[in-house]
Amino acid sequence: MEGNQGSRFPLESAQRAQRARGGGSDGFAGGGGDVSPRNRIIKDNIFKGAVILLSFISLLPLLLILYYITRNGIAVINWEFLTQLPRPIGEAGGGIYNAIIGTLFLIVLSSVLSIPFGISAGIYLSEKGEGKMAHIVRLCVVVLQGTPSIVIGIVAYMWVVGPFQGFSALSGGVALSIMMLPVIIKTTEETLKLMPYSLKEASLALGVPYYKTILKVILPTGLSGILTGILLSVARITGETAPLLFTAFGNQFMNYNIFKPMDSLPYRIFYYAMSPYPEWHTFAWGASFILVVVVLGFNLIARGIATKWKVQF
Amino acid sequence: MLTKDKTEKRFNLILKVTALFVVALLVVICLTLIVASVPSIRTFGFGFFIGKTWDAASEKFGALPFLVGTLLTSFLALAISIPFSIAISIFLGEYFKEGAISTFLRSSVEVLAGIPSVIFGLWGLFLLMPLVRMIEMQVGVVPHGVGILTASLILSIMVIPFSASIGREVVILVPSDLKEAAYSLGATRFEVIKNIIIPYARSGIFAGLLLALGRAIGETMAVTMLIGNSNFLPTGIFSPANTMASVIANEFAEATGITASSLIYVGLVLFLVTTIVNIIGTYVIKKISLEASKEVT
Repeated sequence: MEGNQGSRFPLESAQRAQRARGGGSDGFAGGGGDVSPRNRIIKDNIFKGAVILLSFISLLPLLLILYYITRNGIAVINWEFLTQLPRPIGEAGGGIYNAIIGTLFLIVLSSVLSIPFGISAGIYLSEKGEGKMAHIVRLCVVVLQGTPSIVIGIVAYMWVVGPFQGFSALSGGVALSIMMLPVIIKTTEETLKLMPYSLKEASLALGVPYYKTILKVILPTGLSGILTGILLSVARITGETAPLLFTAFGNQFMNYNIFKPMDSLPYRIFYYAMSPYPEWHTFAWGASFILVVVVLGFNLIARGIATKWKVQF
Repeated sequence: MLTKDKTEKRFNLILKVTALFVVALLVVICLTLIVASVPSIRTFGFGFFIGKTWDAASEKFGALPFLVGTLLTSFLALAISIPFSIAISIFLGEYFKEGAISTFLRSSVEVLAGIPSVIFGLWGLFLLMPLVRMIEMQVGVVPHGVGILTASLILSIMVIPFSASIGREVVILVPSDLKEAAYSLGATRFEVIKNIIIPYARSGIFAGLLLALGRAIGETMAVTMLIGNSNFLPTGIFSPANTMASVIANEFAEATGITASSLIYVGLVLFLVTTIVNIIGTYVIKKISLEASKEVT
């Protein structure tokens, strides 16, 4: 009886239990210690406070990073910075035009290499997703996604830089496209799995062949999701530096040839940051500002597309 | 009709070939790493993992300093990040599931995950390094500024988003009838979190930490910029060191012959370790979400 009542009026029961036992252990208090309701409530509040505090402390680095990049970055950015080539140390001025163009070049190159494969493999997984083969493919996607970028850099070096006898934009593109692939495959698969089954049934019932159903009905309907995936993967590779260290390398001059070393924003940031010259450090902040704006921009657009198009489903 | 069948078949074939391509890609990556590291494996064998000297001039290569460096930095980073990522998981998964404050925290964490590694490195170089140097002067060790502690600090910031987002998902998955039962027995929220949610979500949180560990082990740029690049066995948490990833980043571009092969050997080990860690993590998460979906139906 006593116990039943106790569960309905927890605080009183705890008090009574304490009085009776002279402060014994309570199941929920985790054994031992003071179990008076006041202490339990205080503990509860302290815990909640700690959770909130710790959560917001983890935002501190983010705010600091954004603050530093904005403060140090904006001061450097002007028209010259965006449209001029880097100058040797000691000469004032100059910019990072070649790095901006190089980054765009690398994005286009790796997108061209990875998007067709990624979408096609994604369709395979969503359509034939149950078999043993699909299981293996999925495992490979997971492994590929977790592979450190520096290892992918080594592989691209072995495949492209070695045979072609030199660092090249192409090898950088190969490395980055390998990094894009798992993201595109995953998002394509997830998006296409969300498509209502009736859509496919309706199309097939009208006598539309299977491949046309996929290409003309399912794929366009899922376009927003796939596009989101592509943008997210582009955002991922835009900031990648490690695989470029010994593939695309860097280049102080303008280069449009994919068989020559090519500059990129992340590489330039690394190069400037590790240099001993304060002028170059400020350049690194400027380049960082542009890179962060671009990367976060891609993320934002991806999110925008996802929410805007979802309404039409 | 016949042509239609043909196109149909071709379409299916293309799908299959691209899927196989992904598998082949991974196999070829693996083979490339193995084949390229054969000279080093032949010369050093398993002694590679216990050798303490890394000297390109005398062609003696042992990877122990990098193994120790990697383990120290990644586990230290994980240890620093645990209270924060668990706090965020509980914050987003239990206290504030929705609403403006939750959206703010969640999108901030997402932004944090999206910032390129090289920018973490740059920031660490100009803010964290002087800070650590100050601490080192207080403590009375050689003030390098760069070293294992600095690298771990930046890594811990970088891995919080991964473990926190997975943690949040598993905390949300805790069945509400379990929580309600505990509340009806008179438990406070803290007691529910401590005795119901954390034990229930334990394996999921563990999986999140594993995936974060995988990230930390493979993370290159920020660590390369902040670890001090010393090829000797680290003597403490303030000492400069190298990780498996950072030594490759530093030395691979100029390496030839047996040096390059040894670096690729290091890369192979790095690849295998991260792959194992990631597969276990993914497997645990998949198992949890399967169990949760079973309970719902």
